[in-house]
Amino acid sequence: MRRKNEEEYDDFDVMDLNGRFYHRKDRKNDSEGSSKTKSKSKKKKGKRSDSVEKTAKKSTNREFAVITYGFFAAFICLAAYFCYFLAFQSEDFINSSYNPRVAALSDTVIRGDIKTSDGVVVATSSVDSQGNETRSYPYNELYAHAIGYNYNGMSGVELDANFYLLRSHAFILERIKNSIQGEKNQGDTVVTTIDSSLQKAAYNAMGDYDGAVIALDPSTGKILCMVSKPDFDPNTLEANWSAISSEDDAVLVNRATQGLYPPGSTFKILTALEYLQEGNSTDNTFQCDGEYSNNGYTIHCYKGEKHGNETFTEAFSESCNVAFSQIGLSLNIDSYSALANQLLFNQSLPTKLSNVKNSSFTLNSSSPSALVMQTAIGQGETLVTPLHMAMIASAVANDGVLMEPYDIDSIENKDGTQVKSYSGKEYGSILTEEEAAELQSLMRSVVTDGTGSKLQSDAYTAYGKTGTAEYSSDENSAHSWFVGYAESGDKKIAIAVIMEGAGSGSAHAVPTAKSVFDTYFSESK
Amino acid sequence: MIQILVNVSRFTLILFFAIYTFDCFAAFRNRISEERQEYLYHKQTILMYLFLINANAVLLFCSQDTRVIALLACEIIYFIVTMIVFKNFYPNSSKSLVNNMCMLLSISFVILTRLDMDKAIRQFVLAVAALVISCLIPLFIQKVKFWDKLKYFYAVVGILGLAVVCVAGSTSYGAKLNISIGSFSLQPSEFIKILFVFYIASMLFEATDQKTLLITSGVALLHVLILVASRDLGSAGIFFITYLCMIYVATRRFLYLLGGIACMFLGLVSAYFVMSHVHTRVIAWLNPLAYADNEGYQVTQSLFAIGTGGWFGSGLYQGMPTKIPVVTKDFVFSAISEELGGVFALCLILVCISCFLMFLNIAMQIRDPFYKLIALGLGVVYGIQVFLTLGGVTKFIPSTGVTLPLVSYGGSSLISTMILFAIIQGLYVRKSEEVTKNETKKRRRVR
Repeated sequence: MRRKNEEEYDDFDVMDLNGRFYHRKDRKNDSEGSSKTKSKSKKKKGKRSDSVEKTAKKSTNREFAVITYGFFAAFICLAAYFCYFLAFQSEDFINSSYNPRVAALSDTVIRGDIKTSDGVVVATSSVDSQGNETRSYPYNELYAHAIGYNYNGMSGVELDANFYLLRSHAFILERIKNSIQGEKNQGDTVVTTIDSSLQKAAYNAMGDYDGAVIALDPSTGKILCMVSKPDFDPNTLEANWSAISSEDDAVLVNRATQGLYPPGSTFKILTALEYLQEGNSTDNTFQCDGEYSNNGYTIHCYKGEKHGNETFTEAFSESCNVAFSQIGLSLNIDSYSALANQLLFNQSLPTKLSNVKNSSFTLNSSSPSALVMQTAIGQGETLVTPLHMAMIASAVANDGVLMEPYDIDSIENKDGTQVKSYSGKEYGSILTEEEAAELQSLMRSVVTDGTGSKLQSDAYTAYGKTGTAEYSSDENSAHSWFVGYAESGDKKIAIAVIMEGAGSGSAHAVPTAKSVFDTYFSESK
Repeated sequence: MIQILVNVSRFTLILFFAIYTFDCFAAFRNRISEERQEYLYHKQTILMYLFLINANAVLLFCSQDTRVIALLACEIIYFIVTMIVFKNFYPNSSKSLVNNMCMLLSISFVILTRLDMDKAIRQFVLAVAALVISCLIPLFIQKVKFWDKLKYFYAVVGILGLAVVCVAGSTSYGAKLNISIGSFSLQPSEFIKILFVFYIASMLFEATDQKTLLITSGVALLHVLILVASRDLGSAGIFFITYLCMIYVATRRFLYLLGGIACMFLGLVSAYFVMSHVHTRVIAWLNPLAYADNEGYQVTQSLFAIGTGGWFGSGLYQGMPTKIPVVTKDFVFSAISEELGGVFALCLILVCISCFLMFLNIAMQIRDPFYKLIALGLGVVYGIQVFLTLGGVTKFIPSTGVTLPLVSYGGSSLISTMILFAIIQGLYVRKSEEVTKNETKKRRRVR
């Protein structure tokens, strides 16, 4: 706007803002006269120094210029920030469940529909003859956690897209007609990134186990399916609220984003990476006799299996606890912990989804050796969410670059015209390309030669790591994990599966992942 | 029907104010003809009345309160009188400043009528009182010759006034701001700001030797410390920055300004660790949504309003500005932004900037060092107050609980700002006259 250099500034001073002709003339007279009066005024104000007096007018204005420009700059920053806020930041605030204004929109707008990316309507509102609005979910439990519910604080897409659902971009004349007739406008339709066939495949593959499946598109960050069990029927949630919300197994918790689990052997992805980063080779060998003791603490391989003489890659693909607890003891713990932080432990995950828990990694250089051994194989105090593990897998698949997970693809008005669309947002590289490449070949070996061999397929190339996470002293109660991805050409999918208390990863989580992969790659490309 | 009126007005109100704002800056341009300037100022006046009438029409239809008509009539008379008064009592007064003052007041009346009819009426009565006072000010400036001799009188009155509030003031939102006298509530710091500027100007206009600087700084610091003790950090900031700018201009030493700003940051950082209310303000500023229930409640409600209103606003009576705490005072800007629109609010910021530029411009043109310092000090008081309040409600800086001059509800704030405008206008008149009188006067004194 008004950017003037100092010369012009003086001009600004001379400029008569009130604009009477004689001012300017006077000023001329004055500047002529000032040389005459200067010597006299010097006597009068004897306290002032000579030099000050000489430069009086000019340099005084410099101070004024500094102050004026200082304030002016501050105000311009303020105005620019205000614009930035309105243009980019305000949606976070508008959409907050604390904002009383959004709820008031429902007086004039019928809540919009929610669709999957392939066009299946999964939430819709109907209005009866008395004008009462009812929200219904045609697929009942299937999308309970992904789409969420519009009641008591809301959740899922219903929460995250609340404002969009209550905004109408219907044809302007229709809106004017409605407002004159006092009728409600139809809210916009929110199109999610969820794919209905993947959602169904994951849901069915989970069977009766509690747990979660979440799949991401590594190149965009789109959430392709998100299942959490136990679930509920959002259609009857309001009627059964007190019963459902007080149940012991936390039915309302979306385990994909909020469930904090011990990562089990899937954490060996991090341990292995740290080991290789410290200059070790994949050809290093280990001797496994089924158990390993150090400082009075003993680690067993799953079901007491003995892997014998093995290379590092074999130890990874066979998920050998003996080798990995030794590896853990050899690691520089500070650098190990730095790696965990680099992979987004102990911080909020970069995603706009609401209700996401932070994973934690608490090992430090003063931790006892028993804890180091446990942590290296994914037990100990480490806790992760399935979403986080899927994000790590997606970064590996995407050569180290993490895309922020999101589940709202676009907004359409009621006639299907797109109003706004969202695209993937790059978070940055959480792994270097070399690190990603090392993990790719290790995770590939799990499928070719190890615990994930059920994922071998002609339709795609799968990568991953299984896990069996013990959560109590009882050896037989363990969560079944699979974290990995699959690709065919440019088409990729990253996944994290956890099935609570199901036992070994290869027996339960791997087939679930396979079912999702098979569905994904059988769809037309 | 009402819906259509509200929706059309959303855009016309913005349009009127946007053209007004544009003219504000257009009139600032170099080498603009007198006729053109006169024309622009006339146009601004007309736009202001159009804004007032249009907004009140919406207010009338939405509230169905017939008092709106009466108030509108009073307001129009008030503005006509104001313009006449300034033309006559302040010959050569800056028309740009008069226009801006009236425009800001009319925005204030509109938004207060929307928020709370009774407060709007009260504010109007106070505005009338303020107008009467501002008629007397040029008289005082021109006839009283000893303003620059009252040095310690200003300081004593200022410190006593602030100390009384600190001891006996009533607490609102954690800060002691007001003294209640009967049903009236007075906020002395609003007036002491002006005395403070007079004090520093009277101390520094002739000598800036070390002793004077030390005494002045000591007394200024005492003002600031009392305000900090009253937990009125916004005012403390206004006083301190005003002091810094005046010292800088009087001594011409950039180092003082830098040193002062460094001290201020040190003070703020230590306040963050020592004072719990500063701590809560800062954490609420950093992540308001995480503390939306308590610490961040005010600022999140404000941001909800600004965000939901968007660029073009929800239209008068279509938003929920009353959900914002102290909306008529500190957060009046959020209400304006919500219902009249972000574009309107942006223009409001620009009009405030233009007032500030005008103040500094007047200060620059004054020759008398005492009045020059006063004009500068008052300009800075205005600038920093606008910045603190707008920055606070938009989450640009932590909120400090300062009112928006002329727009916020509150008698002390309104009257003191009108006095501030009047003093600067009075100095402008002096400046216009002094150019002609100066030489004869000087000769007389030298003899």
